[in-house]
Amino acid sequence: MSRAGHARIGWEVVVGIETHVQLSTASKMFSGASTAFGAAPNVNACAVDLALPGVLPVPNRGAIERALAFGLAIGGTINRESVFARKNYFYPDLPKGYQISQYERPIVTGGALSIASDDGERSIRLTRAHLEEDAGKSLHEGLPQEAEAAVGRDGSGIDLNRAGTPLLEIVSEPDLRSAAEAAAYARRLHAFVTWIGICDGNLQEGSFRCDANVSVRREGAPLGTRCEIKNLNSFRFLELAIDYEARRQIELIEDGGSVRQETRLYDAGRNETRPMRSKEDAQDYRYFPDPDLPPLAIDEDWIERVRTSLPELPDAVRARLVTEHGITHYDAQQLTASRELAEYYERAAAALPAHDAAGFKLVANWVLGEFSAARNRDDVPIERAPVAPALLADILRHVTDGTISVSAAKTLFNEMWNAALRGATAGNVIGIVSGLVETGSATASTSSSVDAMIESLGLRQVSDVGELEALVDAVIAAQSAVVAEFRGGREKAFNALVGQVMKASRGKANPGRVSALLKAKLERSG
Amino acid sequence: MTEPFTVAGLAAALHARRISSVEATQESLARIEAAQPALNAFVTIDHEGALAAARAADVTLARGAAPPLAGVPLAHKDVLMTAGLPTTCASRMLADYVAPYDAHVVARLRDAGTTLVGKTNMDEFAMGSSNENSHFGPVGNPWNAARIPGGSSGGSAAAVAARLVPAATGTDTGGSVRQPAAMCGVTGIKPTYGLCSRYGLVAFASSFDTPGVLAQNAEDCALVLDAMAGHDARDATSVDRAPADFTRLLRRGAGARPLAGLRIGLPREYFDAGVAPDVAKAVEAALAELRALGGETVAIELPTVGHAIPVYYVLAPAEASSNLSRFDGVRYGHRAAAYADLDDLYCRTRAEGFGPEVKRRILIGTYVLSRGYYDAYYLKAQQVRRLISQDFAHALARCDVIAGPTTPAAAFALGTRVADPLAMYLGDIFTVAANLTGLPAISIPCGFDADGLPIGMQLQGRHFDEATLLDAAHRFQRATDWHRLVPSGYGR
Repeated sequence: MSRAGHARIGWEVVVGIETHVQLSTASKMFSGASTAFGAAPNVNACAVDLALPGVLPVPNRGAIERALAFGLAIGGTINRESVFARKNYFYPDLPKGYQISQYERPIVTGGALSIASDDGERSIRLTRAHLEEDAGKSLHEGLPQEAEAAVGRDGSGIDLNRAGTPLLEIVSEPDLRSAAEAAAYARRLHAFVTWIGICDGNLQEGSFRCDANVSVRREGAPLGTRCEIKNLNSFRFLELAIDYEARRQIELIEDGGSVRQETRLYDAGRNETRPMRSKEDAQDYRYFPDPDLPPLAIDEDWIERVRTSLPELPDAVRARLVTEHGITHYDAQQLTASRELAEYYERAAAALPAHDAAGFKLVANWVLGEFSAARNRDDVPIERAPVAPALLADILRHVTDGTISVSAAKTLFNEMWNAALRGATAGNVIGIVSGLVETGSATASTSSSVDAMIESLGLRQVSDVGELEALVDAVIAAQSAVVAEFRGGREKAFNALVGQVMKASRGKANPGRVSALLKAKLERSG
Repeated sequence: MTEPFTVAGLAAALHARRISSVEATQESLARIEAAQPALNAFVTIDHEGALAAARAADVTLARGAAPPLAGVPLAHKDVLMTAGLPTTCASRMLADYVAPYDAHVVARLRDAGTTLVGKTNMDEFAMGSSNENSHFGPVGNPWNAARIPGGSSGGSAAAVAARLVPAATGTDTGGSVRQPAAMCGVTGIKPTYGLCSRYGLVAFASSFDTPGVLAQNAEDCALVLDAMAGHDARDATSVDRAPADFTRLLRRGAGARPLAGLRIGLPREYFDAGVAPDVAKAVEAALAELRALGGETVAIELPTVGHAIPVYYVLAPAEASSNLSRFDGVRYGHRAAAYADLDDLYCRTRAEGFGPEVKRRILIGTYVLSRGYYDAYYLKAQQVRRLISQDFAHALARCDVIAGPTTPAAAFALGTRVADPLAMYLGDIFTVAANLTGLPAISIPCGFDADGLPIGMQLQGRHFDEATLLDAAHRFQRATDWHRLVPSGYGR
C-alpha cells in the first residue's frame, strides 16, 4: 500500500494530522454575516468581521452543535465547559489582531477514527477538536480593477469574506505510520465529517484543509523532531508531501545531520517541501481567555438533542452490511465511502423482492461497478443519479428472475441512465424518463418502464424450452464436426456449441438452459 | 429658564410642556460653548443634530405619550459609538473616526427620547485617572480649573458639575465614573457588570468595562440607568434579566428613618492610613448621617483587597494589549503617511496614533501575557481576582452595602502626577475592586476639603442590587445638600 520510497529498512515514519474543517453553517462563528463562498470581496463582512471599534463576538449555536455532533460521533469527551481564547498576532487579514480559538480547554477531547489498513480497520486516536474562526485572505495579485486603482500595482488587497468563518480544528495523535496511512486518515475523516453533515467537504473551496506533522525515527527509538507541513488541500498532495518530507528527514539524518523543528510549505509543482519559518522565529501568540466570551457551557439536554439527531455512523453501517447483508468487509468499506452512496445501496437493496445474501451481493456489485462507473463518467452527484435506487433494484430483479441476462442488464442500465441524463440535461423530461428519475414510491411506474424498455430494446431472454430446443437442434445439425469433437472427448467443444446457440439467438437465449438442453441432447443421442 | 437643570426636573417640565426641548437643548449648548475654553469638557459639540433631535422630541411631546426622557439633553463619553458623529476615544488614532452605528446604550437612550448634545472628553481609550491623557487636551475641574477633574470620564463629570448637561454617560473600568464624579462633586454609578451592554463601547479591558451614568443626584442616575440597562444579544456578557425600574423604587414613600435595617459595612482596610484627613472627616460625617437615617454600621474585613491595584494593573493592561491590536492602520483610523513595509506600517501607525499612557499599558499587557511570564503575572492575578471576589461575597453576606471614601484625596493639580504613573495608579485604590468583582458601586458628594474641592463617598453593593445603592444615596441626598452645590461661575 505504501509508495515504498521512504520506507527504508529500520526507519519508521510518524505522522499526526491537524485538519481545519469548515463547518456548514449559514452564518459566521461570531457574527451574522453569510459564509457563502465566491461573493465579491468584502461583501460578506459585517462590522464584527471588520473588527470595527466597539463590536463584540457572539458564538454561533449552529457551529457549536456541529462540534458537539462531531465529538459525539467520534466517541470523544464533550467538555461541559470549554473556553474561547485569543491567539494574538498582527496580520492584515486578521482584523482584530487576534484570532478567537480554543486553547487550553477545547470543546472536544479524545475520540478515535478507524481507517482502512492492510489488516482491516485500524483505530487512529484523536487528541482534540476545537472551535475557531478563520482569517480573511490577502490578495497580492489579480485584484479587482477598482482595488488596484486604489492601492497601485504593487499594492495588496484584503478580502474579509472568509474572516470569521467557523472552523473545527481536529487534531490526531501521531498514530499514523506512513504517507499512505495519513492520506487514508484524511479521506476517512473527510467522509466522516460530510457523513454527519457538519461540513460540505468541498476541497477546492478550502472547506477541508490539512496540516501534517511529520517525524522519523529508527525503529523502537523515541519520537524524532517534527516538521509541520502547512495547508494541504488535496489527499494526493498530502501523501506526496509527507512522502517527500519523510525521505528528506531520513536522508538528512543518515548524512549525519539533524532535523530542525520548523514549519514547511509543500510546492506541488516541484514535489518538495520548503522551510517557511523555524521554531526560533515562531511567534509568541500570548493566548489568554477571551474576556468577551464567557466559558462555553454545554448541558446534558443539549448533548442529548444533538445525539438523537445523529445519523447512523459509517462504522455501524459497515458492521451491519457485513453481518446482516453478508457483504465482504472490503465492499462494505467501499459502499460507505459516503453517506449518499451507502444510502443509495441500502435503498436499492431494500427495493429487492427477496432480501438474501445473493441479492445484496448483486446490488453491491452493481453499485460499486456499473453505477459508480457511470456516475464517475458523467460526473453526476448520487442524489441526482439518473437511475434511482428503486430502478436499479427493478433492473436487477429482472436478472434474478431470468428475464434478462447480466449483459443485457448492463445494456438496459446504460440505456436508461443515458436517456434520463439526456432528458435531464435537455430540460425536456419526457414521460418515460420522469418515471426513471423518480425514487421510492414510483416502483410501479419504473417497473412498467423497465419492462417497456426491455421489450423495445429486445433484451428479453429466451427461456422457453420449445424455442430453445429448436435452436439447439439446428446447431447440432449444422455443427456435426464440432459435435464429433465433443464426443471424441474434447470438452471445450461443448462451449463452442453453447456459443453457437447463443449467437443464433442473438444473445437472448438463457445460457443456463441452453447448456442443460444441449448436454441432455448430446448425451441422449450419443 | 427657571426649571431645575436635572434629568427629573427637565423631564417633568418637558412632559408638562412648561418648556420645550429646543429651549432646554439650546441652554445646554450655550452653556457648553461658554464653558469650553475653561473646561474643554467636550470633544464634539453637535448643535445641528441636537437641535434637530430636540425639535423631533417637541413634536413627540406635543402628541403626548412621549418616552420618559423625551427632549432631555444628554452627553455621551467619546468612547461610545454614535452613528454619524465622530467617536475619537480622545486618541489621535481615531481623531477622524465616524462610527457607522450606535452603541447599545446610546441607542437605548436615543429611544428613551434624550437629545444628544455632544461627546465628552476623556483619557485616551479610557486609560487614566486625571483626564490628562487626551489627544484633545486636559479637562479643567469646574471647582478649580487648575485641578484635574479625575478620569477617565473627566469630561462627563466636569460637564455635569458645571451644569452643561443634566447628565452624561461614562464608562468605568477601574473607577472611571466614580473617581471623576467624586472629584467634581457629582453622583456617579457604575452598575453591575452585565447590566448594560458593552456593544459599541470601545473596549479597554473587556472583563472590567462597564457603562455608567454621571448626574447631579441618585434619582437622575436611576432615571438614566433605567433607560440604559437591558439585555443585548450582541454582547455575550450582557445579562438577560427583568428590568428593575430603579426610579419607581426611589419614589416610593419613606418615613423618618428610611434606611432602617440597612447594614453598612465599614472595611478596616478603607479607613487606615493613606486617606487624606479632610476626606476621612467628610466620610465619617456622611456615615453619621446614614446612621441618623436608620442605617447600622458594622465592621467588616476585606483581607485581600490590598492586592486590588497590582491585580488590576496586570489584568486590565493584558486585555487592553489585545483589544487595541485592531488599531493597525489597515482598515480605519490613523495610518502613518510613509512606511517601508508591513511591520513598519504597524510600528509607525501605532507609535504616532497612541499616546504615552496607552503605549505603557500595551507594553505592560504584552509583557504579562508573554510566554514565560503568563503564569507568574496573568494567571496569578486571575487567581487573586477570584480571592478578592470571595472576600467581597463574604463581606456582603454580613452587610448590605460597603461604604468608604471614593478616592484617598480630592483632585490634585494638573500636571503634578504625569511623571509618576505609579502614584496615579494608587489613586484608584478604592475603586478598582468593584471592577475586579463586577459589583455595582456609586459615588455621592459628601463634603469639601480645605481647598474647596469636592469629596465623594462610595457605596458598593451586591450583584444587580443597584436598587439598594441608589436608595441609600437618594435618602442621603434628601437629607443633605452637598450634591446641590454648584461651582462658582457655573450657576444659572
